[in-house]
Amino acid sequence: MLLIQCPYCGPRPELEFAYGGQAHIARPLKPADLNDDEWAAFLYMRVNTKGVHAERWRHARGCNRFFNALRDTTTDHFLAVYKTGEARPALNTAGGHS
Amino acid sequence: MADLTGIPTMNHLTTARIAPQVTRSHWLAPLAPRSRFSLRAAPQVLALAGAAFGVAPSEQACRAVVQGTRAALWLSPDEQLLLGLEADTASIQADLHAALGKAAYSLVDVSHRQTALEISGPNAADILNGASPLDLSLAAFPVGMCTRTLLDKADIILWRTQHDVFHIEVWRSFTDYVTGLLSVIAREYES
Amino acid sequence: MTQFRAAKGGRIDRSSAIEFEFDGQTYKAHPGDTLASALLANGVHLVGRSFKYHRPRGLLAAGAEEPNALVGVWRDSARYTPNLRATTVEIYPGLKAESQNRSPSLKFDRAGINGLFSRFIGAGFYYKTFMWPKTAWKSLYEPTIREAAGLGRAPTQADPDRYSNRHAHCDVLVVGAGAAGLSAARAAAAAGARVILCDEQAEMGGSLLSDVHTRINGLTASAWVASVLQELKANPRVTLLARTTAFGYFPHNHLGLNEKLTEHVAAPKPDQPRERLWQVRAAEVVLAMGAIERPLVFPGNDLPGILLADAARTYLQRYGVKVGSVVAVVTAHDSAYQTALDLHAAGVKIAVIADTRAEVSGDLAAQAWAAGIRIQHNSTVIGTRGKLRVTGIDLGQVSGSNVQPLESIACDTIIMSGGWTPSVHLHSQSRGKLVWDESLSAYIPGQTAERTRSVGSCRGIFGIAASLADGTKTGAEAAGTTSSITYEVEETRLANTGFIGALPQPGGKPGDKAFVDWQNDVTTKDLALAMREGFESVEHVKRYTTNGMATDQGKTSNMNALAFLAAGLDKPIPAVGLTTFRMPYTPVTFGSFAGYSRGELFDPVRRTAIHDWAQAQGAVFEDVGAWKRARYFPRGNEDMHAAVDRECVAVRQNCGIFDASTLGKIEVVGPDAATFLERLYVNSWANLKVGQSRYGILCREDGFVYDDGIIARLAEDRFHVTTTTGGAARVYAFMEDYLQTEWSDLSVWLTSISEQYSVIALQGPAARRVLEPLVTGVDVSAQALPHMGVVSGFICGIPMRLFRVSFTGELGFEINVPSDYGRAVWEAIYASGQPHGIVPYGTESMHVLRAEKGYIIVGQETDGTMTPDDVGLSWAIGKTKPDFVGKRSLARSSMHAKDRKQLVGLRTQDPKLVLEEGAQIVDSPGQKAPMRLIGHVTSSYHSAVLGHSIALAVVRGGRARVGQTLYVPMPTGDIPVIVTSTVFYDSEGAKLHG
Repeated sequence: MLLIQCPYCGPRPELEFAYGGQAHIARPLKPADLNDDEWAAFLYMRVNTKGVHAERWRHARGCNRFFNALRDTTTDHFLAVYKTGEARPALNTAGGHS
Repeated sequence: MADLTGIPTMNHLTTARIAPQVTRSHWLAPLAPRSRFSLRAAPQVLALAGAAFGVAPSEQACRAVVQGTRAALWLSPDEQLLLGLEADTASIQADLHAALGKAAYSLVDVSHRQTALEISGPNAADILNGASPLDLSLAAFPVGMCTRTLLDKADIILWRTQHDVFHIEVWRSFTDYVTGLLSVIAREYES
Repeated sequence: MTQFRAAKGGRIDRSSAIEFEFDGQTYKAHPGDTLASALLANGVHLVGRSFKYHRPRGLLAAGAEEPNALVGVWRDSARYTPNLRATTVEIYPGLKAESQNRSPSLKFDRAGINGLFSRFIGAGFYYKTFMWPKTAWKSLYEPTIREAAGLGRAPTQADPDRYSNRHAHCDVLVVGAGAAGLSAARAAAAAGARVILCDEQAEMGGSLLSDVHTRINGLTASAWVASVLQELKANPRVTLLARTTAFGYFPHNHLGLNEKLTEHVAAPKPDQPRERLWQVRAAEVVLAMGAIERPLVFPGNDLPGILLADAARTYLQRYGVKVGSVVAVVTAHDSAYQTALDLHAAGVKIAVIADTRAEVSGDLAAQAWAAGIRIQHNSTVIGTRGKLRVTGIDLGQVSGSNVQPLESIACDTIIMSGGWTPSVHLHSQSRGKLVWDESLSAYIPGQTAERTRSVGSCRGIFGIAASLADGTKTGAEAAGTTSSITYEVEETRLANTGFIGALPQPGGKPGDKAFVDWQNDVTTKDLALAMREGFESVEHVKRYTTNGMATDQGKTSNMNALAFLAAGLDKPIPAVGLTTFRMPYTPVTFGSFAGYSRGELFDPVRRTAIHDWAQAQGAVFEDVGAWKRARYFPRGNEDMHAAVDRECVAVRQNCGIFDASTLGKIEVVGPDAATFLERLYVNSWANLKVGQSRYGILCREDGFVYDDGIIARLAEDRFHVTTTTGGAARVYAFMEDYLQTEWSDLSVWLTSISEQYSVIALQGPAARRVLEPLVTGVDVSAQALPHMGVVSGFICGIPMRLFRVSFTGELGFEINVPSDYGRAVWEAIYASGQPHGIVPYGTESMHVLRAEKGYIIVGQETDGTMTPDDVGLSWAIGKTKPDFVGKRSLARSSMHAKDRKQLVGLRTQDPKLVLEEGAQIVDSPGQKAPMRLIGHVTSSYHSAVLGHSIALAVVRGGRARVGQTLYVPMPTGDIPVIVTSTVFYDSEGAKLHG
């Protein structure tokens, strides 16, 4: 079970969280302006990163906030957590202990 | 016409099914009914509400503030659970609406949504850790800390009110489960 | 006492004798014995039959790595535990154990004849042989094989014991309490860290408990252990867990520990749990798991009486047991010399020390010479003698690549040592890398993936002094400091040598019955066969031969198999690879994992405030998610159909009362509440007046129906949203997702009020007359409170939210009252309804009543691929809205294709025939498979009110087929059905608006 740093509540067991998929996919402001391919891309196309993945988590059984995290999918190490709406942080060094 | 205003609250679950358990190692009992409000607003509005409620809400995450018969529990940056006497339900609601006026907020009466239990005694934290994955050492979970969390398969609010006293808020239909679970865990401390 | 109990020594309590049973025979033992040591003390080596060949087997080891001695322990008919290793079963008075996989007895086993045919049942035998005919696998081959090749039997009754669970946190978790682990825990504790120290054995100390020679700080090893444990016990920040196996290493330093609490107790107290599962989250982990002695692979190496040298020393020094009278020693490592000397000192005759090495130096060899023990260098073993117990050993002499028979030596015991294999299991489980150390001929921990450190012999640091220093340094490091603790150690230094693979045989042949994996009966011949057949990857060879796949997970076999493969493939060992270590380190009971989750506590059971009333009325309940819902209220001898018929007629003619409390309810509050709902639901909300409600449909972004419910506007900025019972949690999460991550510009908040209110549905022509006398502050007349009207008032003095809504098609109200008052209000309404013929009805009648009106249930009429239009709800869509969740997807052309499945009604020609829900639909009779399926039945009931059956179905282009005859193919033949409108009852809605 992962130990996840909620940006509001601190470290909590994975049990309290719900995974929210890939981060930084904004819903188009005017979906009607998108053609079918563009809309399908928004709806369905997701990366399957080996390495650092920006993803959404919700502290569902805690403060109920969504937030974003950078997780290395090869090690499950969390490299950063940040609040919804904040830019993806730059990483100085990848890898290492979580 | 029938008038039911005088009937005791919590007539259904807690008092009927659960007798307080007093043992050597712990005390597990339902707490009296009380008024509960979910207050949602931006921090500055929460502070305004605190003045009307009589409890300045905590700005620190996962902390409860108690003042007299009332308490405000931080559940989220924009969410406080307000607890007061059952008899004060109407006045709390009126006072808060009056104080907050046109501000953006949400005040919802959840008095009956959940029940409260208290577990206390030297093994209270150990018993909770039978089902709670949190670190309940005093350093990690000090007196005054509160949080929504899981107790095995039930959502609860866990609030350490004293060194060895924990207040648990649980949605009413999970009360039997939570009580049963804690009672089963506690059995090993009885021998 | 017995012949094999040493005159002195050991940690057993010789002042007390206890009796135990093995295979029905009573033996004597002392407290402190394991089942294994007690049997050996009684001269019993034969303890089991092997998995495949039913070969007689004895004890090989003294610890958790034991592959042979699997036994069943019987307490009573509900407490039988199979497959326990006799080496880890602690003796208690009256213990009853039995051997496994033998019939009728250990000494005479019918299936032992498998041994005679063993040349035919080598690796891959099952795969190759039992292929044809296919049907015989189930009826003949599998049962026979399972009978012959097997482990113990399962207990026949439910486990009556209790299993405890504990979540724990610490700064430093130390796994293993030998020299390295104890010193690490001590150093970490001295730094003030919160420490958990666990060890799988009953007593902490590891190999120090059988070490009678080493002195630490002037103390005997065991006295030093006692002093450290005393110190740690006195430290409130240290938790000591004996009999506790760290079986699994999970991500982010989360470890599973299994603590045995009552296995060693003769009469456990009823409240005491049998085992405790510890789920430990450790900031830092120190692995001090030690090393396992490697057996040697030679022909006939599996006879009872052949065991590991260190096990023999443990039995002697820890349990006061001599493993035999005349012992031959075969070794590639110095440590066996110490065992030989210890046995010699205890009066056991050492027939020979056959050393595989060309030369041996050091104190121990000199001491053996001095003791007059024969030492034979350049040795190999080319065979053993004996049937149920070894009676002799055939030595060979190695000279270059040449092996010559040397001589046969009589003995009743052979002890062997191929050197030591570091226990890297948990390091590997934590996804740490392993590196091959050529000088040690072993894999040792390399780069870590977690905050973990290995210390002592599990990382190839051998010797007490070195382990203590390593443990101290690393334990302090784990606690974030350095330590000044040092130890004065007097010990005999041993050379780190070993032998890995199969001992050389004459002519370079593998030899007969040279076992690599004792538990799964894998020999060098099997491995050679696998290589000949082209299996070269270690992962493939493992699966083909099953080497290392038994319950011991190859603790004693993996390295020898690897080396044998490497030699056969002419590759260096690291090039052959290594199989992955997986949890559990040793088997863990299901009870331990289940913990408290059994019986009533298996899963939460949610009951409404009205539940007990329904139960008292004899209601039959059904599970809806975690909820118990009243399904119907039978009277007298009514079955479900009779009860439902009666309930439905009563609702249509008079009045029914229904507990709708489980509906999901969300209060949406804030200045932007209407805007939020406008963006989310397909409907228009801006124009909904305060005091009105509307049926809302929620789609996912892909345009498919996700949930539905009534949404009421209580105030300009306050909505009361209902969801389906099952959808409550996911709709709330769905809403929060949009609110928090897409529309943070909106000032609106969501609060679940599902359990705040009991919801009482009062439905039927008499509903108003039943309700009217109970309410105050509200006018419930048709004019003041029309269909879909909402008002707040009081019922019996209790505040309520009153909805004029209907899921039955009748005049209806849903009364929301705070849950504590739910039952009292319910009873008041029920009493008020008596003169009007009120009946309570359950979910089954609710389903029939709504189906008569063609009202859908999300999840029954929809399956995640239905658009609002598919289920006939396009009228609900706010046509002028620029956007809502799902709108863009609904604009795709395929969402409007004419042959989409659409909701329709179905009537059968036979009014009594009720279609099966889920039945497929075709458009012509007599089709042969594969049929062209054009839809399926979603709901189907008998309607007592209408006097015939009704069904809802989704059918391709269904709305254009109204009036057509379609067919429902069933095993009994095609059932013709006529496509109808979805509304079977009161299609004008006169009753609804009454």
